[in-house]
Amino acid sequence: MSATGTSTLSGAQILLECLVRENVDCIFGYPGGVTLPLYDAMYDHPIRHVLVRHEQNACFAAEGYARSTGKVGVCCATSGPGATNLVTGLVDAMMDSIPVVAITGQVSSKLIGTDAFQEADTFGITRSCTKHNFLVKNVADLPQIVHEAFYIASSGRPGPVLIDIPKDVFQAHSHYVPVSSIHLPGYKVFTEGHTGQIRRAAQMIWEAERPFVYAGGGIIAAEASEELRELVETVDVPAVNTLMGLGALPANHPNFISMPGMHGSYAANMGMSNADLLIALGVRFDDRVTGRLAAFAPRAKVIHVDIDPAEISKIRNADLPIVGDVKRVLSKLTKVLKELEPSCREKNSLTRQAWWRQIRSWKAEHPLTVETSTSEIKPQHLMREIDRLSGGEAIVCSDVGQHQMWSAQFIRFNKPRLWINSGGLGSMGFGLPSAIGAQFACPEKLVFAICGDGGFQMSIPELATIANHGLPIKIIVMNNGYLGMVRQWQELFYNNRMSQVELNSFPDVEKLAGAYGFKGRTIESPHELAPTLREVVNEPGPYLLNVKVSSYENVYPMVPAGGAINEMVLGPPQPVTA
Amino acid sequence: MLQIISLLVENKPGALMRVTGLLTSRGYNIESLTVARTMDPTLSRMTIAVDVDQNLRSQVIKQMNKLINVLQATDLTDVPAVCREMVLMRVRVGMSSRTAILKEAEIFGARVVESSTEGFALEATGEAEKLEEFIDIMQSYGEIEVTRSGSVAVSLEAKKLRLSAPVQKAHAAVASLETVGT
Ligand SMILES: Cc1ncc(C[n+]2csc(CCOP(=O)(O)OP(=O)(O)O)c2C)c(N)n1
Ligand SMILES: [Mg+2]
Repeated sequence: MSATGTSTLSGAQILLECLVRENVDCIFGYPGGVTLPLYDAMYDHPIRHVLVRHEQNACFAAEGYARSTGKVGVCCATSGPGATNLVTGLVDAMMDSIPVVAITGQVSSKLIGTDAFQEADTFGITRSCTKHNFLVKNVADLPQIVHEAFYIASSGRPGPVLIDIPKDVFQAHSHYVPVSSIHLPGYKVFTEGHTGQIRRAAQMIWEAERPFVYAGGGIIAAEASEELRELVETVDVPAVNTLMGLGALPANHPNFISMPGMHGSYAANMGMSNADLLIALGVRFDDRVTGRLAAFAPRAKVIHVDIDPAEISKIRNADLPIVGDVKRVLSKLTKVLKELEPSCREKNSLTRQAWWRQIRSWKAEHPLTVETSTSEIKPQHLMREIDRLSGGEAIVCSDVGQHQMWSAQFIRFNKPRLWINSGGLGSMGFGLPSAIGAQFACPEKLVFAICGDGGFQMSIPELATIANHGLPIKIIVMNNGYLGMVRQWQELFYNNRMSQVELNSFPDVEKLAGAYGFKGRTIESPHELAPTLREVVNEPGPYLLNVKVSSYENVYPMVPAGGAINEMVLGPPQPVTA
Repeated sequence: MLQIISLLVENKPGALMRVTGLLTSRGYNIESLTVARTMDPTLSRMTIAVDVDQNLRSQVIKQMNKLINVLQATDLTDVPAVCREMVLMRVRVGMSSRTAILKEAEIFGARVVESSTEGFALEATGEAEKLEEFIDIMQSYGEIEVTRSGSVAVSLEAKKLRLSAPVQKAHAAVASLETVGT
């Protein structure tokens, strides 16, 4: 029987129908009182629902799904506590521009505003943590709203969108009329860059003596890696990828310099600081990248390409702004660059060669080096071994802390959408659930979840989800016995007064993983590292590996907060030798 | 100096909250805010007077233009525009001052909307400074109670309203209705 004919569907069924039409194949969620009608409709519906163990992780998993594929991730929670538990994930997705649609149940329309059981003002609470949000008042509006939500989440600068649906709307019946068009007159999506500006940008690029590409997460969101590579090769310009942009330009590309910023490499930060032209592509001049703004790239003119006009000149004035989809802008820009090449190529070729020599010598002077020891596992050593196994191809989902920075420094990514981390919000507890989302989205891929011993303990409930679905995620806990990143700041800036950063009573992972029915192991000797990691990767199911590393290692280089990025502290103070 | 922002917004629940939320989350103090339907009943016109640093004003406008329910946000602070405010005032005066009050009202172009033995209710419109003067003078005659509307502004320049066209919805080719069952 056709539902578009005379029969009607419930709001819950209409919602599922719309999700299918949006190509949704997986929802991460947790049920409750007001979503009972929805979960009842799911009971015999083909759409896959993954039951996580905490709503925050439903949103993180949806992000992992979205970050690894570019598709919209979907999560679902009940009213009140379910919805408030989503908030951290929504802000996380907002900060990193990740397309997520969150569906929350709400108390019945008549009860809204009466302090009903499990009522929370989800619409109000999530106003500032979403790109847009909806409260559905009438079942007839539901299809339009759901498709608008997906359109808003995935177009322009992507972001999270929340749909709050009262229980009676799930239950009400209506004729389902498929939506044929979306009309959001006030939603401006800028795609084509200004042709004249693009031409001027090309001229500036050829005229520059020390050009430098600063590329970020926007390249990944726009699927513009190929276009970035073409641009970089056409002008033979050095390029950095930000923490959010790792993999945008392959790590094995000869023009790739590494990551800039607070824990960026010497060459990347010196390059930024000495450039006379910054080609900023899909970046937002985050304070963790720029350091002290007044001293950031002081000699550089800035070309800034971004799809969000509000990013232009928000932090650093753009000498040449281009608002548009970075993929389209780059392909046009490269075309113009090639047109101009015959007349421009030679102009600055000598100064440009000198610029490259300078950058190579910075790279050689202070490379990111992996120290190893025979008595203990150094964190950098761990990351290098993971890098070897990955070969630039595995998905690595990281939590937040020192291990995140070492992962970003030492694990290389030759493709976009492999490096998944909470960049803008820095949410501990992100690594493991985002790996769940990524593994569901990419069942064939090798997925690592790299966590600190702190963040891992924020995610332990999800071991059940992993066990439940036999997800072959390789969970690596870099266990330094501390909230390492906070300890590092206490050591460096608070006279080493270690306040509330020691993590005692870490569980025995063999027993912990065993309790969930999969393998777990602890290692602490450097000799065990490589063979154990091979064993972990070869294990067909999940694996929880606890790697005890040296406790007092700090992440270097480091730009102290408020410092200029060319004033990096390159390493620990050297002991004075007589 | 206050920033005067004129917004054309969709007349939808939550639209006002999005606009004010954007200002309050940045710690800006809203001096006045008016909102009412336009000729098109699906749209509202808002005028906001808000204390924003000179160098952050264009950022505020950009952020407002990003809101899905906002069709257009315009900064009227430094462009040709007319800005007016209305005051409703109750003045309690004795019989001896009535004529004087009516004289003052005339000078300021205020109208008497209610009159009784207790005093008057007056209505005045004008620029904020002029109204403040009016209020000061009236205060010298006796007890007053004042309600101000806040600024409403209209731009004197035609600014093109760019609206997004409808987007056709490309559906996944599914026949899921059969599996849903009704
Ligand atoms: C939810 C949350 N709470 C607190 C912090 C502050 N914070 C940042 S890094 C860090 C330490 C993380 O410790 P651990 O997970 O052991 O990682 P490590 O730095 O030792 O590698 C803390 C507490 C945070 N980022 N997120
Ligand atoms: Mg730790």
